[in-house]
Amino acid sequence: MKNKLETIINGVKFKNPIIAASGCYGFGREYNELYDISLLGGISSKGLTLEPRQGNKGIRIWETASGMMNSVGLQNPGVHRFIEEELPWMRKHDTVIIANLGGSLIEDYIEGINLLNKTEVNMIELNISCPNVKTGGMALGIKADIAFEAVKLCKQASKKPLMVKLSPNAENIIEMAQACEAAGADSLSLVNTFNAMAVDVRNKKAVFNNTYAGLSGAAIKPIALRMVHQVCKNVKIPVVGLGGIYTLEDILSFIMVGATAVQVGTANFNEPNILPTLIQQLEQYCEEEKLNHISDIQGII
Amino acid sequence: MEYYQSEIIFNQEIAPDIFLMEVTRNKEEIEPGQFFMLKTWRDELTLMRPISVYNVLPKQVQFMYRVAGKGTELLSNAKPGDAIQLLGPLGTGFPYKEVHGEIALLGGGIGIPPLFETAKKLKALNNKLTVYLGFKKELFAIDDFAGVADHLFIASEEGEEGYRGFITDLLRPEKFDAVFTCGPEVMMEKVWRMCKEKQVPVWLSMERRMACGIGACLGCNCDTIHGTVRACKEGPVFSGDVLVF
Repeated sequence: MKNKLETIINGVKFKNPIIAASGCYGFGREYNELYDISLLGGISSKGLTLEPRQGNKGIRIWETASGMMNSVGLQNPGVHRFIEEELPWMRKHDTVIIANLGGSLIEDYIEGINLLNKTEVNMIELNISCPNVKTGGMALGIKADIAFEAVKLCKQASKKPLMVKLSPNAENIIEMAQACEAAGADSLSLVNTFNAMAVDVRNKKAVFNNTYAGLSGAAIKPIALRMVHQVCKNVKIPVVGLGGIYTLEDILSFIMVGATAVQVGTANFNEPNILPTLIQQLEQYCEEEKLNHISDIQGII
Repeated sequence: MEYYQSEIIFNQEIAPDIFLMEVTRNKEEIEPGQFFMLKTWRDELTLMRPISVYNVLPKQVQFMYRVAGKGTELLSNAKPGDAIQLLGPLGTGFPYKEVHGEIALLGGGIGIPPLFETAKKLKALNNKLTVYLGFKKELFAIDDFAGVADHLFIASEEGEEGYRGFITDLLRPEKFDAVFTCGPEVMMEKVWRMCKEKQVPVWLSMERRMACGIGACLGCNCDTIHGTVRACKEGPVFSGDVLVF
């Protein structure tokens, strides 16, 4: 039954197409106390930067209608400590490990990739779109020509399959996707959070110290789905869909519009056991619909 | 830590906007000062809500909370027999086994609840307890604390009972071997400064907005001398020696 879900992206075998999204899942340690994370297709690590980061000050979490905003600001132990302390633990589990790599300077991305090349991570997911870090990342995620140059350099450096995570804040999502493909990206994941804002009316100020923060959750799903559909129609490389996925129906929607796999982030907070539940439901769906493989329905819309 | 469905036994308003809720529980060990993520909803809200443990009973656990937003409002609407999801117990609580002698517990407003289970545990270890409870106006939980405290002081900013003013006005840290506190951050900062001045060990329970509650999302940042840490994992209770205000 399991092989109906087995999915290959850039030569990397996922036991199912359900991946824990970066930033919502740490390195898997906490959720592994609730269930065996080896059940998952893969885990995209907390966003890493070359040097450790303390993240943003002030409020980092704000619930919104059908979603939430975050302004964590890439708090992470840095690539070195990830390799020394987190990766050996993650590697003990039978799941695909994707190192999500962010940063401000292209030199830092390259150095991070050089370090990750020597490890047992299966893929690198290039975060060119964190809205919560003031410099660098944002323009990279917005301008297709800047992204092209950066992805080209990262691809030259990378010995791992390179997945590029796109921001929905890109000027033109199709041009952005095509630029990354032309620059050598092996696959794409989209969408990251939407740049958004909240006001603390009582105190007459912005909620977040950085003013803007990233919106995620069910609220963004219809827009994310539209973008994944557009990108899938316009690139040849595999696309991993994400953005507000909570239910089996959501997963099927993303696959039907062309995604090879999906990532689930915010829904983990709503329902801590959501990932094992969704995997089981997807298996059951394949049986009930008498599919030979989940990819039978991929891109049918 | 477990994630499971439980049942509400009662859920009563004990003071304006303050609710005491009792739910069934599994056999997990719950330490004083720990909390659970709770929800009675599926789709109405995205996040579960962190609520501290008020009282641990053999087969139940009690939570005391203030209705302050949509999540706690939904919690307050739950009726006996309704289902509730529990994720916990979570976080690092008060180090009640590490302190001995004359202990002060100082709570302000909705920071009072986590101190009750703590008081029970400290009393069971034969410590002398002085409890300071500060309120805006209406009092709550007084009788429960009166049952475990050797001395009980009450202050109310606008109410009729007890000392009229801030509860911190009554605290004399130098009389104690340790102080545990939970409440509004300005109050805790005051307690922290008073204790530092008199070199009395102090532990503080911090409140933060949380998304996951278990240490994965890094949404509940607290500043310490060791850098940014998680209120839900390294906290919510921190030693005054490591916190930075």
